[in-house]
Amino acid sequence: MLTGVYASLFYVATALLVGGLGFRIWEYARTPAPLKIPIPPAPTTRRGVVLRILRELVLFAAVFKANKWIWLFGWVFHAALLVVLLRHLRYFTEPVWEWVVVVQPFGVYAGFAMVAGLLGLWARRLLVARIRYISAPSDHLMLVLLIAIAASGLLMKYVAPTDIVALKSFFLGLILFDWQPIPRDPVLLVHLGLVAALMIVFPFSKLLHAPGLFFSPTLNQVDNPRERRHLANWARELEIGRN
Amino acid sequence: MEQLEPPQTGTRELADPLEIPDLAPGCMSASKPYAAAAEFQEALGYPGELVENWHDVAIAKMGELRGKYRSFRVFLDSCVKCGACTDKCHYFLGTGDPKNMPVARQDLLRQVYRRHFTLAGKFVPWLVGAKDLTTEVIDDWYSYFHQCSQCRRCSVFCPIGIDTAEISMAGREIMDSIGKGQKYSNEIIGKVHKIGNNLGLPAKALKATLADLEEEVLEDTGVPVRFPVDEAGADILLVTPSADFFAEPHIAGLIGYAKVFHQAGARWTISSYASEAANFGLFIGSYENMREIALRIRKAAIDLGVKRIVFGECGHAWRVAYSFLNTLAGSFDFLDQNYPIPQHICEYTNDLIEGGKLKFDKAKNDHIRLTFHDSCNVARGSSMGKTPGGQFEIPRAILRASCSHFYDMAPDTIRESTFCCGGGGGLLTDDLIELRKKGAQPRMRALQQVAEDHGVTHMAAICAICKAQFSKVLPMYGFDMEAIVSVHQMVSNAIILDPIGDGAQTGEN
Ligand code: SF4
Ligand code: SF4
Repeated sequence: MLTGVYASLFYVATALLVGGLGFRIWEYARTPAPLKIPIPPAPTTRRGVVLRILRELVLFAAVFKANKWIWLFGWVFHAALLVVLLRHLRYFTEPVWEWVVVVQPFGVYAGFAMVAGLLGLWARRLLVARIRYISAPSDHLMLVLLIAIAASGLLMKYVAPTDIVALKSFFLGLILFDWQPIPRDPVLLVHLGLVAALMIVFPFSKLLHAPGLFFSPTLNQVDNPRERRHLANWARELEIGRN
Repeated sequence: MEQLEPPQTGTRELADPLEIPDLAPGCMSASKPYAAAAEFQEALGYPGELVENWHDVAIAKMGELRGKYRSFRVFLDSCVKCGACTDKCHYFLGTGDPKNMPVARQDLLRQVYRRHFTLAGKFVPWLVGAKDLTTEVIDDWYSYFHQCSQCRRCSVFCPIGIDTAEISMAGREIMDSIGKGQKYSNEIIGKVHKIGNNLGLPAKALKATLADLEEEVLEDTGVPVRFPVDEAGADILLVTPSADFFAEPHIAGLIGYAKVFHQAGARWTISSYASEAANFGLFIGSYENMREIALRIRKAAIDLGVKRIVFGECGHAWRVAYSFLNTLAGSFDFLDQNYPIPQHICEYTNDLIEGGKLKFDKAKNDHIRLTFHDSCNVARGSSMGKTPGGQFEIPRAILRASCSHFYDMAPDTIRESTFCCGGGGGLLTDDLIELRKKGAQPRMRALQQVAEDHGVTHMAAICAICKAQFSKVLPMYGFDMEAIVSVHQMVSNAIILDPIGDGAQTGEN
């Protein structure tokens, strides 16, 4: 029964995450950007654009310029999240890939770093009047959700370990459509439930900033409007009958 | 707002241009521009007054923009409320009104977008800060989308590159579509469509003005520098903001261009049909109006048979020219492809300087200790020359060539981080003077600093709006009204003229 609930939950969550995100990306891709609006420092080549987006993606360069605290907490959180996600790959692969094994020991520190970064961001959201002003309940809730996910994960690592072997066979079973029982540890069940919730809200929330970064015309356009004419389809229609 | 003391050297505690004010909610909610009268609204194809079903029309317009502009959709979806932009807007720094924080300004539109176009906003509006479109919300839009000069400073600091200017343009377009337009911008656009320039200056008056100018320069210099209008067969069409024809210090800049053309031996002309570089269609977010204005330039270029188009000193005009002209009115395959299309007068002048074709007597500018104000639309909406960042380097190179004493303001207030003059984006109107004064504060404080540290006396700019705005607000901050100068005014002061008439080629650049 419990296994069935969680199995279905993860199928639904995955479908919504992949489908929802795919739909959003499709929407973004097909919506034209009729005017060239890159912001400086604007690259003049495609290669430059790729580098620029990488810089934003990896270094958070704009935020660094804007505010060192937001940068510190935001960057630490995202970097730690990445390591933690990579570490979790071992629950979904058999045999575990070599480089995932290498990441393992860092994963634990990353768990703490993630919580630290999130608490820092939340503290700013609560304490800095400007940021408190722009926060909706959902902005607080999103941080609470992420903190709860990280905390329940750490709890399993240090306080209430779960049966990792059984857990792994549950997930491999999901992938192979050959269901195996899920361990009945409350902390694990909470952890997984919250993760599924996060997956579900992703395509319907501000977490869309992830694909947004790649589709933002101010960041992804090449600054060459004088060299190449840029014209959206709906704008082309205005030209019918023009001299 | 405190009045600052006149600049004097010595050590004094100066206010920090980046100082973050305490939040003062609602303190600017009463700042609203005059509404456009029905005749001006209708001339642009908008309803004359608030339509009865304004709610539905506005939401439908939002849906339309969402389909036509990726920026609109991505920006409204992607904000993470990180707060990086919250202290980056000069109007926030100058007023403390939290709705002037860029993200809060976007939220005025985002709350309605969420309510109508997102799942969460439809079902749990309270959770995600979604709101219905009410008259109060429209009032907020009208106030605060007219407290954004669309300068894009905020976007430089945003991790997703969210550009609040795009949102305030969309907001203004939605308001126009329900009959709630702004007098200043819409009246001016109407004049351009009808007469060809923002002033409504007819061809005859324009020609008379320029003939007078010709005489004046001849008297001053003894050299017959020409100011041709509508000369078919000229090589270069100069498109310049109409303020250059009558306002100070703009005219001094126009004289500078003419002297440069004279020295280059260029055959150039102004068009009375497209006698305006400014394009306020940008400010109201209207692709159609912007396009119509841009097409006048295309027509003038074809009619006069020119080979090149050069733009005078105007910030947003250069953004529209550099970034959009090819899109709106291209392609320009009938022009000489060996030159950038269009070209900025600073690029033109700088090429001549680099080619050793212009000579300066810098001593003529020795009474001036100069700094440069990067105009936001040039700095963050365009470029110049072939290398990225040319829009920062080229004007400075010209100033250094023509003046011995040049000092930049604090690094986080110039170049891509430059502060708006406070009057851009369709806000250069007397009904918004309070806002203009407060919005100028960060720039004025940065100027105060270089005045203190380096004895700077003057500030150069390449934007007609900046020049007009500074002429007005400099005295409010204890500076001389004439402390603002055109870049080509510095050129005009120092350039050494050959007494050769028009047409004698001393070499093309
Ligand atoms: S574009 Fe400029 S004026 Fe508008 S919100 Fe951003 S910083 Fe402020
Ligand atoms: S910097 Fe960008 S993402 Fe952050 S709050 Fe401002 S608009 Fe939103």
